[in-house]
Amino acid sequence: MVTTLPRPGVAAPAGPPAAAPAVETPPAYRGFTSWLTTVDHKRIGLLYGTTAFIFFLIGGLEALAIRMQLSSPDNTFVSPQVYNELFTMHGTTMIFLVVMPLSVALFNYIVPLQIGARDVAFPRLNAFSYWTFLFGSIFLMSSMFVDGLPDAGWYGYAPLTTRQFSPDTRIDFWALTLQVLGVASMAGAFNFLVTIINMRCPGMSLMRMPLFTWNTFVVSFLIVLAFPAITVALILLTFDRLVGTTFYYAPAGGDPLLWQHLFWIFGHPEVYILILPAFGVVSEVLPVFARKPLFGYPFVVYATVGIGFIGFGVWAHHMFTTGLGPIANSFFAASTMLIAIPTGVKILNWIATLWGGSIRFTTASMFSIALVSQFTIGGLSGVMHSVVPVDLHHNDSYFVVAHFHYVLFGGAIFGLFSGLYFWWPKMTGRLLNETLGRWHFWLWFVGFNTTFGVMHFLGVDGMARRTWTYSAYQGWGMWNMIATVGAFMMAVGTLVFLYNAIRSLRHGEVAGEDPWDGATLEWTIPSPPPVYNFAVEPTVRSRDPFWLLKRRPQAVEAEDDTARISILGKNVAVAEVEEEHPTEERVEERVATGDIHLPNPSFFPMITALGLTLAAAGLVYGIPLSVVGLVYLLVGIGGWCLEPTG
Amino acid sequence: MHTTTGLDHRKLLMWLFLGSDCMFFGSLIGTYMAYRGRSLSGPLPSEVFDIPYTSVSAFVLLMSSLTMVLALAAIQAGDQRRLRIWLITTALLGMSFLGGQFYEFNYFVHEGLGLSTNLFGSSFFVLTGFHGTHVAIGVLWLLYLTAASRFGRLNAEQALYVEIAGLYWHFVDIVWIVIFTLVYLLP
Repeated sequence: MVTTLPRPGVAAPAGPPAAAPAVETPPAYRGFTSWLTTVDHKRIGLLYGTTAFIFFLIGGLEALAIRMQLSSPDNTFVSPQVYNELFTMHGTTMIFLVVMPLSVALFNYIVPLQIGARDVAFPRLNAFSYWTFLFGSIFLMSSMFVDGLPDAGWYGYAPLTTRQFSPDTRIDFWALTLQVLGVASMAGAFNFLVTIINMRCPGMSLMRMPLFTWNTFVVSFLIVLAFPAITVALILLTFDRLVGTTFYYAPAGGDPLLWQHLFWIFGHPEVYILILPAFGVVSEVLPVFARKPLFGYPFVVYATVGIGFIGFGVWAHHMFTTGLGPIANSFFAASTMLIAIPTGVKILNWIATLWGGSIRFTTASMFSIALVSQFTIGGLSGVMHSVVPVDLHHNDSYFVVAHFHYVLFGGAIFGLFSGLYFWWPKMTGRLLNETLGRWHFWLWFVGFNTTFGVMHFLGVDGMARRTWTYSAYQGWGMWNMIATVGAFMMAVGTLVFLYNAIRSLRHGEVAGEDPWDGATLEWTIPSPPPVYNFAVEPTVRSRDPFWLLKRRPQAVEAEDDTARISILGKNVAVAEVEEEHPTEERVEERVATGDIHLPNPSFFPMITALGLTLAAAGLVYGIPLSVVGLVYLLVGIGGWCLEPTG
Repeated sequence: MHTTTGLDHRKLLMWLFLGSDCMFFGSLIGTYMAYRGRSLSGPLPSEVFDIPYTSVSAFVLLMSSLTMVLALAAIQAGDQRRLRIWLITTALLGMSFLGGQFYEFNYFVHEGLGLSTNLFGSSFFVLTGFHGTHVAIGVLWLLYLTAASRFGRLNAEQALYVEIAGLYWHFVDIVWIVIFTLVYLLP
């Protein structure tokens, strides 16, 4: 795949073109190796999605073990120590190893297609992001073979996490992993920001951008601006633990509240990092299945941006019980109520999109509609927490657990699975079975409300979160048993989905390029898309370009004779000789002639990611490993800089 | 090369990175400010700071921004020799700053202020240490660019590489102005 033409949107590589490259151009890898070296955003998206789904199963098993333990009073299904590890790992896994990477999987696969680009701005940085995520996760899991899994809760409050109370290496694993995962998230977010700002196809102004891309844009800003706060919080924690500083050690003047402030300055934007991708999915899915353009597009865009801004000013509502004083409490109570307004605007717009629409109930649209209702419940209990006296009562009770599962499962996970059902045919070329999809949906919907609905009652009745067990006289046995039954319903639903997914890959109905009558550019190209996405750069003239073309082709043609060709993303002259799924030879031929230019595959992102993770791992496994890691890191960065980018 | 905004991808990436780095230093400076005057034992800032000394090293670092601009002007004018002179000068000024910081840290340790002596020591060394690391990375970057120019791999069309390194360098200087003001000058 060597050619001297620059790839689209990227300048010529460093050095005069005539000079011999310092590193040989890698060959076009095939089979397994091609997955290790891939820089194709679609393949990286699939890698991200598959890995995140495996962690989803692991995090789900942890949840089932928690529910087993709580199903009856005075239970000893697991020990208190194992219970601590379970809820810590369940939270850490679901947030950092499931919801974020699952969102990134969709960003990767869909955003370049929606904006009519061939790839992201920095394909190798994208691969680096995935490998860092994978190696970082493996590093975290490896803690179980040393002292044990982390056990201080997913937000790791000091002073519990300091040496004094957590003397072994569990917390070091946790802190260092979050640093490594932070690098992965930031690398991905920088990439999407540059891609969305700089690689939109002609005519795709910001206010014509699909809502999923808009949400990716805002989420990426949140990631690059919020993660530095937790980076610093974790650096200080690591210094406290490994060097003996006293940032969080009260007897020496340090203040554990500093951890809470820094953590939640990251942590609350993080909540929106988790939910906005799902909002983006819903804003794509509902219009398609209501067969109506999104109601009030500009309002939804501004609401998204507004949520991003206000999201940085509400963090202390996680800290009302720490005694910040009436002025701080009032400010954060008010800002928390304020952020409900743009969120409410979105809910209203989604309902108004459905209103008067010709709704098709598919699994994708049902998950989206479920998000609108379930997130509203979780959002309203969130507004309850903005009222300080009420929050003092709810704090650290199961009411809070109910609240954040309604927004994270009923919101984020329902939304992401809606996106999965929606874009699955685009990714695999085959449809998921709708009957099995209904089973999945209803098992999840009923199971979810069974599990988390009753937790509202348990919480108000005083059941504290993170406690290993409770006594029979407290009267919580029946409600907890109901919650556990619901959890197992969700587990069955997950198995139904797994069966559906595996079955679809082989026997699913062939989808064709546009199974849902989609509105956006990704539906104009074959499923799965060819490696180069668009043979010809598309041009858009409206917010829903594919609908305009399908509904009123004469309007498009009247404006411009070539519009039909370019909107479809296909050059007619090419399409005449090209099959529906172009053969590899045909692509190679077009690549060789410079008609299509693709970035070279590369091993260096993986080597760099491995080096970074090993360098961090050395702080617990021993400094020699860090040295090895640094060598890998230098080799990786050196090769990265010197190899021809294609 | 065509991009939607007309900006180069890499230049845009550097601007976004600097925005993110603002939050990084913001958090570190915030930590320092939160712990100001809360050390339970000495040495305290007033006992160890030598403001005239640090003013000189701050001046040295600020001057390196001037030479960085001259380096960029040189490559844009196609003058490779002048480019290398100014890049080397910038790197040397950066190294002088780092040398000054090394000497200052040594002096503090000699006076009994270590990383874990008190809150002032912890927050001071972590904040200025991370700033020093940024300067050190910048120096390595400048030396790399100098070598690239020496071996004919940095022609006038690639002035962008010098410009991006310059963005980073100026940012690190600006952060020092903030640190110097808040940490050293504020009574």
